Amino acid sequence: MSSDRKQKQKLVVVGNGMVGHRFVEQLVQADGLNQFDVVVFGEESRPAYDRVHLSSWFTGTAAEELSLVPEGFYEQAGVALILSDKVCRVDRELCEVVSESGRKVSYDKLVLATGSYPFVPPVPGHDRDGCLVYRTIDDLEAIAETARTAKVGAVVGGGLLGLEAAKALKDLGLETHVVEFAPRLMAVQVDEGGGQMLRRKIENLGVTIHTSKNTQLITDGEGAVHQMQFAGGDVLNTDLVLFSAGIRPRDELARDCGLELGERGGIVINDHCLTSDNTIYAIGECALWGGKIFGLVAPGYQMGQAAVDHLLGEQGAGFTGADMSTKLKLMGVDVASVGDAQGRTPGALSYHFIDEEKEVYKSLVVSKNKKKVLGAVLVGDAEEYGSLLQIVLNDIKPPASPAELILPQASGNVPKGLGVAALPETAQICSCFNVSKGELSSAVAGGCQDMASLKEATSVATGCGGCAAMVKQVLDHELEQLGVEVKRDICEHFSYSRQELYSLVRVGEIKSFNDMLEQYGTGKGCDICKPTIGSILASCWNEYVLKNEHAALQDTNDYFLANMQKDGTYSVVPRVPGGEITPEKLIVIGEVARDYNLYTKITGGQRIDLFGVQVHQLPEVWKRLVDAGFETGHAYGKSLRTVKSCVGQTWCRYGVLDSAGMAIRLEERYRGLRSPHKLKMAVSGCTRECAEAQSKDVGVIATEKGWNLYVCGNGGMKPRHADLFATELNDEQLFQTIDRFLMFYLRTADRLQRTSVWLENLEGGLDYLKEVILEDSLGLGDQLEAEMAANVDSYQCEWKTTLDNPEKLKRFRHFVNSDKTDTNVVFVKERKQIRPARAEEKNDQSIIAKTA
Amino acid sequence: MNIMEWITVCRSDDIVESLGVGALVAGRQVAVFKVEGKFYAIDNFDPFSRANVLSRGLVGDLKGELVVASPIYKQHFSLKTGHCLEDESVSVTAYAVRVQGGLVQVALNSSVEQAA
Ligand code: SRM
Ligand SMILES: Cc1cc2nc3c(=O)[nH]c(=O)nc-3n(C[C@H](O)[C@H](O)[C@H](O)COP(=O)(O)OP(=O)(O)OC[C@H]3O[C@@H](n4cnc5c(N)ncnc54)[C@H](O)[C@@H]3O)c2cc1C
Ligand code: SF4
Ligand code: FES
Repeated sequence: MSSDRKQKQKLVVVGNGMVGHRFVEQLVQADGLNQFDVVVFGEESRPAYDRVHLSSWFTGTAAEELSLVPEGFYEQAGVALILSDKVCRVDRELCEVVSESGRKVSYDKLVLATGSYPFVPPVPGHDRDGCLVYRTIDDLEAIAETARTAKVGAVVGGGLLGLEAAKALKDLGLETHVVEFAPRLMAVQVDEGGGQMLRRKIENLGVTIHTSKNTQLITDGEGAVHQMQFAGGDVLNTDLVLFSAGIRPRDELARDCGLELGERGGIVINDHCLTSDNTIYAIGECALWGGKIFGLVAPGYQMGQAAVDHLLGEQGAGFTGADMSTKLKLMGVDVASVGDAQGRTPGALSYHFIDEEKEVYKSLVVSKNKKKVLGAVLVGDAEEYGSLLQIVLNDIKPPASPAELILPQASGNVPKGLGVAALPETAQICSCFNVSKGELSSAVAGGCQDMASLKEATSVATGCGGCAAMVKQVLDHELEQLGVEVKRDICEHFSYSRQELYSLVRVGEIKSFNDMLEQYGTGKGCDICKPTIGSILASCWNEYVLKNEHAALQDTNDYFLANMQKDGTYSVVPRVPGGEITPEKLIVIGEVARDYNLYTKITGGQRIDLFGVQVHQLPEVWKRLVDAGFETGHAYGKSLRTVKSCVGQTWCRYGVLDSAGMAIRLEERYRGLRSPHKLKMAVSGCTRECAEAQSKDVGVIATEKGWNLYVCGNGGMKPRHADLFATELNDEQLFQTIDRFLMFYLRTADRLQRTSVWLENLEGGLDYLKEVILEDSLGLGDQLEAEMAANVDSYQCEWKTTLDNPEKLKRFRHFVNSDKTDTNVVFVKERKQIRPARAEEKNDQSIIAKTA
Repeated sequence: MNIMEWITVCRSDDIVESLGVGALVAGRQVAVFKVEGKFYAIDNFDPFSRANVLSRGLVGDLKGELVVASPIYKQHFSLKTGHCLEDESVSVTAYAVRVQGGLVQVALNSSVEQAA
């Protein structure tokens, strides 16, 4: 049409994997869509997903959660995404790609992001049914399906991916074997000593490791589906064989159209990621740069950026190679490899540290003159990964005796590593998202003063997560530099964080606010510190909240044991454990509501709320409820609200355990527990999840093998899906785990921090939490359980206690000197019930139906 | 010149330390507080929520100023002057209080401002 408008060029992307998708995002971000119309082909049926966290699929992460593509991303950007259609030919003469379904799309520029495929050694029998690979979600489905009828599984390949695959088989409940050709595990990344320690740790987890085994034939098994036969005559009978013996670049398109390939495959690219045809780029695992394939996602992302820069004619750094250091957790074992881990540099010296008791192995490789750290291997404890990586990448000079960098710190020693202060601004902290120390500093200066906001602003630490500890150090360092004293004081009266106040109370056995104020505070206190400390005192000692020295600490809601509404009246919510209620009790609620003319509503928490109770009526209303066997529902407290349930096995045709019964037991166990914020729980009787347990602080889902426990979910303002925390627990284990989890949260959370936000900010995240709670890494387990037991034992219904206490009932009147009530409380009728009158209705006296 | 008219509200030990009560003083709703043995009185009416609730708020001090926090939207009012700390343009009336023979008395016709 309008001839002067510059015609956009056509850009075709082949492959919608991690790198192909990121490339499109990078292009969009750089406003590249002004210059290009983009068509993307993906062979898989799903848009790009997170292969790095693929294994979490086996522990409950749904395929949709792995997706990397925000809802509507391609539509909104105006990029055509064609899935389930493989490109089978590139015609370089016509500048056109042809797909399997017969689509032909012409291009001005073409980007190949076809990734790689798992290498399957050409052993006879490798293609039998039940011989599988581990790369796509479809592969996972096939593995899970085969595992259903299998008892034994064998992984061929003891490298990084092989060990991940082994973990998956273990999680599926199979007797698991790893068969490795080389004499040790992870031969590419770690040295001899590291491989040995890794083997020992993994064998302790119940996986059998076979090294130096060369598989020669796979045939019918004896007592199992297959038999693997090794050179030398040994055999292994197994029902499932999973190949994980390395990856090969998917370079078939490039090969067929005559692009230059490496000797052993891979599409040759230059620093701009251009192939031998200057209209075609290759990025990600299909590309060969400097004779190397980069089998990690971060280098792929860097290639994507280099290609975008070049396409848009922008001056960028180009792709200049990437560091292959890695830190992983394999079957719960920390493993890290940095730089020249094997000490291949001529003349290199190495130091080794072995702790057989704790099963830790560390090695450090330095240059001949000891002026440079070249690499390191860490197994069993990878805490120094971040600092060692930075030392290697930035050529930071090691101390005179370099071994200090890996030796355990004797107490009283100066902290080791060289600290983030020593890093240059350009130091790359997060390789997944290429975030430098400088970028973090400016984000912090710009107002991102906690981990969560830094993550949101820069994406740092949201990929593999390996950089999180380092990022936290930079954050703290920068805050200090800015003179923002990392201030977590709760208010002007106490220069302590909630955590600190909690331990002061616990350790000092402090029993009252006044003692706290005297010892640690100034002034008289306020509406922040009083309820906070009131809540901590209750968490620790669980005394009656209206006891004289505690009464004045309580927010109005806690003081009057009811929720104040906008007009100064209250709502009353009796506890209905698990949502289960007898007809008799329902009738009592109905009668009370009728007699006091209260607005009645079923809440979102499976119980009934009675609104419009005036302060003087609270004791009378509660007297009737308590007499009928009700207890307070703590709808007012920062404490356990409801434990939602479904009917479960008792009635439901799908239920596998008694979810309602468990919900009631949980509600009775944790009722009244004062915590940093409110707590919600739910129990579902099967995976259909009718109780929505995965949106709760504590969610429990029944399985045929026991309870699965989820933690740190949230509905509300910022919903968060709960994380699977432990599986197949029996009742006792479930209580024990929740006891510990809750007490640890009570100890360490900030004021008004729900478990979801707490976890997001917890250094070390979910893995750390699992270590503390499930593996008892801090040795706190018994103590946490004892603290919870004390709480459970000292529970009392606050309303019952209050009704028995005439002194306390005195404040339950609107006027100290008159029995009159508040004339400003006015109700009108709506849908056959009362509601507070609006201001204009109050003025128009004629329409008011005043309640007595 | 006003003559103070003192109206008895309650006994001094009817109010628990660091808490408030509502009182009906010649038809007016007043919130009376006891802090470290001393008494203060302001309107019970919270101008933000338009509900009679200030007597049920938490008492404390902010930068040395004695305050009550409204239980509904949490604004702070000075117990001595009735000024709102968050919004200069808003205040409630503060009243003179005294204790005579163990009885707490409020003078309505003389707000603290006028008396001062
Ligand atoms: C009554 C009820 C609404 C209803 O009519 O159904 C309700 C009412 C209030 N909610 Fe809620 N929430 C109610 C269920 C929920 C739910 C649903 C649930 O629990 O399954 C949620 C989302 C789930 C969650 O919390 O993760 C919910 C998320 C909130 C939030 C946001 C919390 C968050 O983490 O984002 C607040 C605000 C807060 O706590 O800071 C809130 C606060 C409130 C307060 C306390 C607001 C206030 O300060 O006045 C309301 C007063 C309750 C009262 O007067 O009795 N309410 N509230 C529900 C009472 C359930 C019960 O039986 O106890
Ligand atoms: C289990 C597992 C764990 C891993 N863990 C880590 C880790 O911890 N850290 C790390 O950095 N890396 C890890 N990786 C490696 C990481 O996933 C890869 O580096 C990354 O996915 C490479 O991205 P890519 O886009 O190049 O390839 P892929 O993600 O494989 O995407 C390529 C896509 O192109 C499609 N495709 C291929 N040919 C065509 C065609 N002709 N037409 C249309 N579509 C085509 C493929 O179907 C595929 O969807 C792991 C990989 C696996 C499998
Ligand atoms: S979660 Fe399962 S057991 Fe519970 S009601 Fe739903 S389908 Fe039935
Ligand atoms: S290095 Fe992977 S998330 Fe930062």
